[in-house]
Amino acid sequence: MDARQPVRQLGPVVIDIENITKDYVMGEEIVRALRGVSLQIRRNEYLAVMGPSGSGKSTLMNMLGCLDTPTSGRYEFNGRNVAEMDDDELAAIRNREIGFVFQTFNLLPRATSLRNVELPLIYAGMDPETRMERATQALTDVGLGDRIQHKPNELSGGQRQRVAIARALVNNPSIILADEPTGNLDSKTGEEIMALLEDLYQRNHTIILVTHERDIAAHARRTIRLRDGVVESDESTFVPQLETVAAS
Amino acid sequence: MKRFLYELEESWRIAYAQMRSNMTRSILTALGVVIGIVAVTLMGTAIGGIQVGFDKSMAVLGDDVLYVTQWPWKAVDDWWNYRDRKKIQTEYAETINRIIAATPNSNLVVAVPTSSLMRSIKYGGNEVENVFTLGTTSDFTVTSTIDCKEGRFFNEIESRSGAQVVVIGYDVADVLFPSESPIDKSVLISGHLFKVIGVNARQGTFLGLFSWDSMVAMPLAAFNKYFNLKNQLDVPGQNQGESDVRVKVKDKTKLAEAKDELTGIMRRARGLLPEKKEDFSINEQQAFKSTLDPVKNTIAIAGLFITGLSLFVGAIGIMNITFVSVKERTKEIGTRKALGARRRTILLQFLIESTALCLLGGFIGLTVAYFMCFGIGKAFPSFPIQFSFGLVIASMIVSVLTGLMSGFAPAWSASRLDPVTALRYE
Repeated sequence: MDARQPVRQLGPVVIDIENITKDYVMGEEIVRALRGVSLQIRRNEYLAVMGPSGSGKSTLMNMLGCLDTPTSGRYEFNGRNVAEMDDDELAAIRNREIGFVFQTFNLLPRATSLRNVELPLIYAGMDPETRMERATQALTDVGLGDRIQHKPNELSGGQRQRVAIARALVNNPSIILADEPTGNLDSKTGEEIMALLEDLYQRNHTIILVTHERDIAAHARRTIRLRDGVVESDESTFVPQLETVAAS
Repeated sequence: MKRFLYELEESWRIAYAQMRSNMTRSILTALGVVIGIVAVTLMGTAIGGIQVGFDKSMAVLGDDVLYVTQWPWKAVDDWWNYRDRKKIQTEYAETINRIIAATPNSNLVVAVPTSSLMRSIKYGGNEVENVFTLGTTSDFTVTSTIDCKEGRFFNEIESRSGAQVVVIGYDVADVLFPSESPIDKSVLISGHLFKVIGVNARQGTFLGLFSWDSMVAMPLAAFNKYFNLKNQLDVPGQNQGESDVRVKVKDKTKLAEAKDELTGIMRRARGLLPEKKEDFSINEQQAFKSTLDPVKNTIAIAGLFITGLSLFVGAIGIMNITFVSVKERTKEIGTRKALGARRRTILLQFLIESTALCLLGGFIGLTVAYFMCFGIGKAFPSFPIQFSFGLVIASMIVSVLTGLMSGFAPAWSASRLDPVTALRYE
C-alpha cells in the first residue's frame, strides 16, 4: 500500500459512466440494483469490481458489458452513447468492443476450440480464411496452439477457460470483461488463469475483473467496491511481486 | 450481405450438428413430416394420374372432332325435350360428305358414321359379353388415332362391301386368344362369323371411361346387315344401341366456325325450317371436359386438403421440438448474444434448424413415395401413376415452407430473449 503509482501511462477513457441507476420490477416490488454509479475506465487499466452478493456487482457488469441498458444516467463507450442503443446496436458493440470471459466458460459443447473462438468473427462478418488465421493465432497466444481441434469435453477446466479467453481476445476488443473467471477452477489452475490475464494486461489489454475474492482482485491495479448499489470505494492497488515479475 | 452468408453457413452447421447429436429425437420429429410428405406426394401423384388417364380417354374423342348426337353431352333437366328427337341416322354422314365436297373452303374434312351395340363375342370356348361393338367406315381412322398392335384397320373396299372383318381391342383379344395370335381367326358375334384382321394396342382403362381396349369395330355395312339398329331401337329391354356422326375439323383453332357450318348442314339434312329449333346436338371434347373438370378439381382440392392435414400435424411436431430446442439452449443463446449475435442471427439459426428437419423429412418422404409409386405402378399397371420432377420440386418447397412456418414462433421467441436472463438460465 506504500507505492501507489500507475504501472504505466493510462490511455484515453473507454468507459464513462455518470450517475447510472438500474431498477428491476420483481412482482409488486421495485428493486433498485444500482442507485447512482459514476465511473471512468481508461484504456490499459486493470480493474477489479468487488462486492458482496446483492451489492449490484452483477448488474454493473451487465451494464459495462452492454448486455443491458441503465434505467437512468449516462453511459458512453468510446464516446458513443450506449444507454439509448437498441438490441442490435448493443450486439454490435459487444461483438467488437467487449470480450467476455464467464465463470462457467460458456463454450459451445459440440464445437472445437477453433470453432468456438471463430464465433465472434463470424458475427463480425469476417471471411473464413481470416477467421481461421486469427482464431488459430488467438489460441496460440493463450498456449493452446496444439488443441485447436479439441472439443470442450476433451479439455481440462483451465484449458476451457483459456479457450474462452482466446474467444474474448480474438476480435481485438477495447475491454476484456471477466466475470469470476476462476470461480469454477481449483486454486492452482485459477492462478494460471490470473497469470494469463496479467500477461494480457502487460500486452496492453484493458481488463475488468468482477469477483468477490480478495486475492483474485489483488491482481488488479485498481479496485472498486460496491455496496447497496453505490460505489463504496475506488482505489489503486499495487502488487510488488507482480511488478517485479513484469519488470524482469 | 457477406456477413449474412457466413451467418447462414454457420446456422446450417449448427443445424447439422444439432440433428446429429439428437439423432433419435430428430428422426422421430422428421417422421411426422415424412408421413405428411408421403401422403401429399401420393395424393399429388394420384391427381396427376387422374389427369393423365382423363386426358388419355379424352384423346379417344379427339380435340378436332365434332359429334352429332341426339343427346347433348351434358346433364339436362328438360330431358323430355330431347327424348322425342329424331334419331341420328348414319346416312347423314353421306349427306354431310357430299355437302363438304361441294363447299369450297369448308372447315370440315370428313364425316364418319358410327353405330354401336353391346354384343357377346366367342372364340372356341372363350366368350366375352357386353362388348362395345362399333360399326363404322374406313374413314374412322381419320377421326380417331387407332394404333394396331397386330394387323390393320379395315380398308375402304372392305368398308364399302361390308366385309365380315373385325378389329378387336386389346382386352378382348387377351381373353379370346390367351395363347395365340388372333389375326385371321374367325370369331362369333351374335352367331355370325367375323374374321379378325387387327388388334388394337393397349390403351389402358381409367375410372370406367371409354377405352378401345374393350371394343370391336367392323364395317358399318356389315354391322347394319346383322344388327339392324332400327329394329333394335324399337324393341324394349334390348340393348339400346345408338348411332351418331362424327366430323373431323380441318383446323381445331376454328372449331366454332366449323360447328356453325356443321349446324347448317345438319339443318339442311333434317329439313328444318328456319324458325325451328335444332333437334340434334353437336358436341365436342371440350363440352365433355367442362362437365368433368369440376368433379376432377373437387377431388383434387379435397384430397390435397385432407392429406395436407397430416403434413400440418408433422409441422406441429417440428414446432414443438424447436421450442424444446430453444428452451434447452437458452444459455447458449445468451452466450451467442454476448459474443455479438444479433436478433436476426438467432432467428435465422432456429429457422434453419426447423427447416433442415423438414427438408430431411421431405427428402425421406419423397424417397418413400417414389418407391410406393413404383410398387403401385407394378401392382396395378392400368392405373396411370405420374411421379414427376415438378412434384419433387413442389414437395421440397412445401417442406421448406413447413419448416419456416413451424419454426417461426420458437425462433422468434429465441431471438427476443434478453441476453442477461438467457445467460443466467440454467
